[in-house]
Amino acid sequence: MTTEISPEPASKTTTMTDAVTSTGSKVTRVLGALSLVSIALLLAFGLLVSPPEIAQGDSVRLFYIHVPSAIVCLYIAFSITLVGSIIYLRNQSTFWDLMAGAAAEVGVVFLGFTLVTGMLWGKPTWGTYWTWDPRLTSTAVSFVLYLGYLAVRRLDMDPVARSKRAAILGIISFANLIIIRYSVAWWRSLHQGQTLDPRDTQLDNTMLFSFVLGVLALTMTFAWLVIHRFRIAWLEHQLEAQQLELAIAERTSQGPTGLAHGGA
Amino acid sequence: MIEHARLIAAKDLKIEWSSRVLTAQVIPFGVLVLVLFGFGIPPDRRVLASEGGASRSLLEQASPGLFWLAVLFSLLLALNRSFAVEAADGNLDALRLAGFDPAGVFLGKSGAIVCELLVLELVVGTGAFLLYGPPLHDALQLCAVVVTTTLAMSFAGTLYGALGAGLRLRDTLVPLLVLPVLAPVLLAATRATESALFGPSSEGWAWVGFLGAFALLYLGAGILSFGSLLEES
Repeated sequence: MTTEISPEPASKTTTMTDAVTSTGSKVTRVLGALSLVSIALLLAFGLLVSPPEIAQGDSVRLFYIHVPSAIVCLYIAFSITLVGSIIYLRNQSTFWDLMAGAAAEVGVVFLGFTLVTGMLWGKPTWGTYWTWDPRLTSTAVSFVLYLGYLAVRRLDMDPVARSKRAAILGIISFANLIIIRYSVAWWRSLHQGQTLDPRDTQLDNTMLFSFVLGVLALTMTFAWLVIHRFRIAWLEHQLEAQQLELAIAERTSQGPTGLAHGGA
Repeated sequence: MIEHARLIAAKDLKIEWSSRVLTAQVIPFGVLVLVLFGFGIPPDRRVLASEGGASRSLLEQASPGLFWLAVLFSLLLALNRSFAVEAADGNLDALRLAGFDPAGVFLGKSGAIVCELLVLELVVGTGAFLLYGPPLHDALQLCAVVVTTTLAMSFAGTLYGALGAGLRLRDTLVPLLVLPVLAPVLLAATRATESALFGPSSEGWAWVGFLGAFALLYLGAGILSFGSLLEES
């Protein structure tokens, strides 16, 4: 079907695509710069300034990124997904729907990062990449849990129905996160004592500072990524709505004969 | 709600009874998985039992976990079946139009799954006893484990099955969603069954409690959320 697109909606599309060349703004640029600087500082403190630990040696340095990224995804990212899902189910707010998705997406990346750094730490410390440690096991299961959530968000179906299903899933997944963590901890504790707990070790001042810096740096990076991810999702959402309007305008401009022709 | 649930469950079971998919395909699949585990884990490999010092075959020692894995895989087939039946001709919409209470639909569908799983567990469980030969320490506890696990698996499975209802990707999506959620159930069921078979029973009852709580949680979640799930499918 070759029809001329009526000029009015067409010009609308061009202005929109012209206007949006990046998802950056003043806030994200400052936030991004701060994230990068704090990560550079973290590298300096984590790798050079802080001392090696007595028992673990240099491998303790992994904790300055491993523990903060675990905190960011498990406590911040998935909580945002939970809150966003609840608000969406209450008032169908697109903002919170997309925010829940953006936070989960970046959260899964951080969770994967946590798993990888945890395994890298396990090799020199426990002598193996994988042990059936409660935290390791429950984190791996939680990772798959949220991959499922992301899979539902990407389903090819009616957007409203998809958002609704994703929101229900976002709420149940958080409950599952808690169930998985406790059941696995209980499972192992019945058979063996808790393996080495990083929070039990005494931290000296530079170590503590590096750790706090790590939390700060990764939280800022997380916020930075989520804002960008959210804006992309928002634009996609608007584009979808606009394309629908455009298609409707195109059809109506053809009049009844055009409609009959197009339908044939 | 209960009347609606009864109707839906009766409908699903009637379909299963006349199509014989459960008896001719799902149950044989479960038994086959049991046999295949025997290929993966050498049946003549023996391990020292922790108490008493008598040695057990590795298969016997692992039998609780293997049995529940076989049930879990069969559950995926049963769930797929349960919602494939509804997907054709927009059946879920029709149920809604007919004025069925969503909570009743949830209870009915999971009720049918419970019945199917219990039949399956009876056959597969008998098979596991014959093939792996574990002892039986506490029969009452074993019954409690089977009932609570079946309820937990059915309620959670039905909720997630409905999430995938009416989608082309259902076959691959539902296992991805259900398996991590049921990981704690598998873990608890395995531990509880171990203590029911090998003893002592005290540890097992705690896990039975966990399974019961999980089932109740998903019963509540299913009743509350099924309305919104059916609305848009």
